[in-house]
Amino acid sequence: MIKNILNLGDASVYCDFGKDVNKEINNNVINYFNNLKDKNIEGITNITPSYNKLIISFDLDVTNFFKVKKIIENLEIKKENENKKKLIEIPICSEKKFTLDHNRLEKALKIKFDKILEIFFSKKYFCYMTGFIAGMPFLGDISDKLRAKRLETPRVKVPKGSIGLTEQFCNIYTYESPGGWNIIGNTPLEIFNKNNQKNPALINPGDTVKFKQITQDEYDKIKK
Amino acid sequence: MIKSKNSYFEIERAGINTTFQDLGRQNLNHIGIPVSGAMDKRNYILANALLKKDLNSPVIEFAYQGPLLKYKGEEIFIVLTGNVKFQIVRENKKKIIGEPYHVYLIQNNDQIDIQSTNKSVYGYISISEDFILDKTWGSYSINTKAKIGSNNGEKLSNNQKIDIDHKKKKLTITNLNYVNSKIQYIRVLKSINFDFFSEKSKNIFFNKEFKVTKLSDRMGMRLEGQVLENVFNSNIKSEGLVKGVIQVPSDGNPIIMLSDHGTIGGYPKIANVISADFDKLVQMIPGSVIKFKQVSLDEAEKLFKLYKLETDNLINQI
Repeated sequence: MIKNILNLGDASVYCDFGKDVNKEINNNVINYFNNLKDKNIEGITNITPSYNKLIISFDLDVTNFFKVKKIIENLEIKKENENKKKLIEIPICSEKKFTLDHNRLEKALKIKFDKILEIFFSKKYFCYMTGFIAGMPFLGDISDKLRAKRLETPRVKVPKGSIGLTEQFCNIYTYESPGGWNIIGNTPLEIFNKNNQKNPALINPGDTVKFKQITQDEYDKIKK
Repeated sequence: MIKSKNSYFEIERAGINTTFQDLGRQNLNHIGIPVSGAMDKRNYILANALLKKDLNSPVIEFAYQGPLLKYKGEEIFIVLTGNVKFQIVRENKKKIIGEPYHVYLIQNNDQIDIQSTNKSVYGYISISEDFILDKTWGSYSINTKAKIGSNNGEKLSNNQKIDIDHKKKKLTITNLNYVNSKIQYIRVLKSINFDFFSEKSKNIFFNKEFKVTKLSDRMGMRLEGQVLENVFNSNIKSEGLVKGVIQVPSDGNPIIMLSDHGTIGGYPKIANVISADFDKLVQMIPGSVIKFKQVSLDEAEKLFKLYKLETDNLINQI
C-alpha cells in the first residue's frame, strides 16, 4: 500500500501512498495512521496524515530513520473500524456579508451564485485531513462545476467559521487566519474547541460532512 | 492544591515577543497543532539545569528585546541564558551588570531589565521557584497564532502579573562558562523534491549565500538570495511538514519551517536542516548570511549525537 518510504530530514519518515488524491488512497493513509497511533511506539512524536502521504516524526535521541522505517514496513494493519467514522451536519449561512467571494466566483465559474450554492449544498463531503491551522478540515470532492483557483493574493484575515473552496476541495477556517480560498459562507458552529482536550476537532479524517443552509436568524440563534 | 500567590513579577515592559515555553506538545500535528516549544533548545535546557529544575519546566522566552520585570516577594534565584545583555537594578537603585549563565539572588522590589539579545534572537529566563501557569495538552508553550498554551495563548503584555508558587527552594549560586559559538554553515539533507529544481538552482543552493529577512518569526524563517528555479511541476498536494524543512514557493525564495510552523503545506521541499543545527539557525538575526552544506543522513545522526553529548557535558559541569 505504501509505494515508497523516504527520510524527510534526519528525524522523520515520509511515506508515499501514490500520486493521486482519492478516497481509497486516503483511506489507506488514515488506516496506517490509526494503526500506528494505537501502537504508541516509543520515540514517535508526531504522525501527520494528508491526502496521500503519511509523515512520522521521531525523537532522534530515542530512535532513528532505519528503525522507524522497519517498524512501518512490518506493521500489521488491522481492518479499519468503520464505526469510528461519523456523518456530521454543519449549518452554513450564505447571507451576503459572509460570501466574500460572491462576485469572484460568479465570474470565474460563469454560474449564478444561487446555482453555485445549490450545487454545493447538494453533496456530502469526505474529510481527507485536518491541519494547516488547528482543526481545519480539508473536504472533497466538490462538483467539477465549482472548481476555482485560489485567490491570487491571499487575504490577511479570513473570518473564523468561513467556508472556502479551491480546486476539488472545501475547508472551514476554524479561527481567523490568513488564507486564499474562495469564501461562500460561514458556520456558527465551533469546529475546533481547545477546551475539549480529548476531542478538540469536530471533524476528523474519514468523517463525512453534510452542509445545511441556514438563515441569518438561525445562525444568530446557534451562535448564542 | 493550595498555592501561595504572594510572590510575583510585575511586567513593566513586556518586550517584543515574550512567551512561556517548554519542550512543546507532541502528537497533535494530525489536528493542526504544531509542537511549538523553546526555539533554542540548548539554551532553554541550560536555564533549567542551572537552577536544578526539571529540564522540561516552563521558562520565559524573549526575542531581541526582553522584558523589564519587577519582583515582589521573598527572595528567589534566577538565571538568564543565551547571548543576553541585561542588568539587575536593586531596590536601593544599585545596578548590577548581568551575565548569562550566572545564577543571581533576587529580592523584593528588584528589577530585572533584559535590554537585548546580542547579535542573536532568543534568550531565556528561568527562576528557582515555579510559575503558576495552565497547561494545554501537556505543555505550557504559548502558540500565539493558535492561541494555545499558558497565558491564554497570548504573548506577555505590559502591566501583567506573573504569579509564582514560592516553595523556598535552597540553592547555591552556580555559574557555567559557556559561549554561544557561531556556525559557518547550516548543514542540510536533500529533501523529497530536490530534483524539482534546475541544475543551476541546485548549484546556487549549495554554493551561494542566502540572507535572513525580517519576515522571520517562531513559525518560519524567510530567506532571500538568488532565485531558485523549479523546472518541474511546482504544484504538489499539501502534505505534512516538519521543523527544519526548507520549502520553496513559486517566487523562488526559500522558507525554513520553525517551531510554530503550519502542520501541512504545499510548496516543494528542497532540503531539511539537520537537527544538530536548529539552535544555531534560529539565533541568526535578519541580515545574517546563511550558507548551506550538504551532509548524509548518517553524518546528520552522528552530528546530533555529538550535539547531545555537548549539551549533556554542559549540564554535568553545573
